[in-house]
Amino acid sequence: MDPILKTENLTIRFGGHTAVSSVNFEMPARQLKSIIGPNGAGKTTFFNLLSGELKPSEGEVYFKGQPITSMSAVARTRLGLGRSFQITNVFPNLTVLENVRLAVQSKEKIRYQMIRHFVHYNNLMDEAEKLIELVLLQGRELAIASQLSHGEKRKLEIAMLLALDTEVLLLDEPTAGMSLEEVPAILDVIRKIKATGEKTILLIEHKMDMILDLSDSIMVLFNGKLLADGSPKEIMDNETVQNAYLGGLYDDNTVES
Amino acid sequence: MLGIIAIALAIFPFVSDSRTWTILLTQIFIFSILAMSYDILLGYTGIVSFGHAMFFGMGAYTTAVMLKRIDPTMGTFILSIGVGMLLAALISFFIGLLTLRLKSHFFAMLTLAVSGLFLVLAEKWRTVTQGNDGFTFKAPEFFKDRIMFYIVVLAILVLVYIFLRRFVNSPFGRVLVAVRENEQRTRSLGFNPLHYKVIASVVAGVIASLAGSLYAVSLRFVNTSVLTMDITLDALLMTIIGGVGTLIGPIVGAAIIELTQHYLSGLAKDYPIFERWIIFFGIVYILAVIFFPKGIVGTIREKLWKRSTKKDAPKSVPKKEDL
Repeated sequence: MDPILKTENLTIRFGGHTAVSSVNFEMPARQLKSIIGPNGAGKTTFFNLLSGELKPSEGEVYFKGQPITSMSAVARTRLGLGRSFQITNVFPNLTVLENVRLAVQSKEKIRYQMIRHFVHYNNLMDEAEKLIELVLLQGRELAIASQLSHGEKRKLEIAMLLALDTEVLLLDEPTAGMSLEEVPAILDVIRKIKATGEKTILLIEHKMDMILDLSDSIMVLFNGKLLADGSPKEIMDNETVQNAYLGGLYDDNTVES
Repeated sequence: MLGIIAIALAIFPFVSDSRTWTILLTQIFIFSILAMSYDILLGYTGIVSFGHAMFFGMGAYTTAVMLKRIDPTMGTFILSIGVGMLLAALISFFIGLLTLRLKSHFFAMLTLAVSGLFLVLAEKWRTVTQGNDGFTFKAPEFFKDRIMFYIVVLAILVLVYIFLRRFVNSPFGRVLVAVRENEQRTRSLGFNPLHYKVIASVVAGVIASLAGSLYAVSLRFVNTSVLTMDITLDALLMTIIGGVGTLIGPIVGAAIIELTQHYLSGLAKDYPIFERWIIFFGIVYILAVIFFPKGIVGTIREKLWKRSTKKDAPKSVPKKEDL
């Protein structure tokens, strides 16, 4: 099967610093691939290159075989590449429902309708409600997004991404900063999405235990370079990875917590 | 309730024969239209423009020049409103396209520069505008009666209000609010913020031009003061004091500012300090921003909302383990 997402020699430099260095990767459709790597390895930068927030210094990004390197983030989202953000990025002064509804509206391509009242679009509301339920936020529809707890904001973020109904989901640390009790709920959401078998999911994650049983494959970034890409077992057994990353992670973790 | 107020205002000139009040209210209506158009930019889309006066002035000059040069009839008046709006639409479209890509404060500076350009144009193009001296012109026969003009302006205010309410509550309007809240996120949802900002500035420009046309007719005189920063600042003050992000707010703000302006300058006869009423205005403005950052309407609305949601308030307190 052709890869749905592919990069060739993808490189970006910020001044003298090479954040992502000639990464060649292929993403098979309808799989879940995790990206791991220590802090500063270029994971989020790599995401930004895929989603179009940043333009690469060199190299190409292909979506279904079509080069999308020169496309804007807007165009890529419309094409089918949706992303969530590591730093919670919602509309702070709008309600949960309105946040999700805006995303649904974008998917339905209702962009320049100026005259009809927005509540006439009942189907948008219904769909937004359904998604809110899926991410376990029911009962909080009318809360203002800025008043949500951190975990709830992450869930909202995922609901907005799902609302776009894109083929590829780029999830940037969906459980970052969440309390341990909330993590399983998010994992369930991701598992549910994966179970539908319709989505290609690319996931950045720090919590190793979480991705091991969830991922079809794992790729490791280190200092901007692609260190390894393979099944969870291969990665665990890979010695360079162990030296470069896995040892470091657990050290980092003990420091962080 | 708004309907009742509108009807009460419509009956008002037939009950009261105070000419001052009729003129003052007409002025309030006109500035309400201007302030509402400004709020589309400031309150809904989150664009700070310091050049809103140029669209107001464009409407004012178009109407004044056409009524003077062609003939002072109703037809010319309506046509001139149309021409003014069209001009404002074209110019706001091009300016928007060129400048709205910029970050907010650069945009604000550029609008200031462009509106300054129009002010200089009006000063120097003396053959048409007679510069700073301005010129008087005849209003259409129909408007000789102040009451008729009052009713027409009120009707236009109501129509503009209804139109803008529709506009901000449409799916399009909701995206405008999203742009205000978080432009980058709006983009990643697949909306192109630039398109929304340009359309918002065209709508605001067109409505400001309409207000300008009415303003010129209300004075039967036009000079370069319609293009000055003062007009923009008035609109800004009205919007902020009344309440940004609401449509009623700018109307309330326009009423308050016009009324205080009227009364404070009236007091000047007895107390010379009120010659400088603008000082008091500054103080009121500072107090408003400190104590009512959401404006009058915004604050009231928040109070009401809090009361209605008090019952489930404990829910919204973040749980400890989430912190």
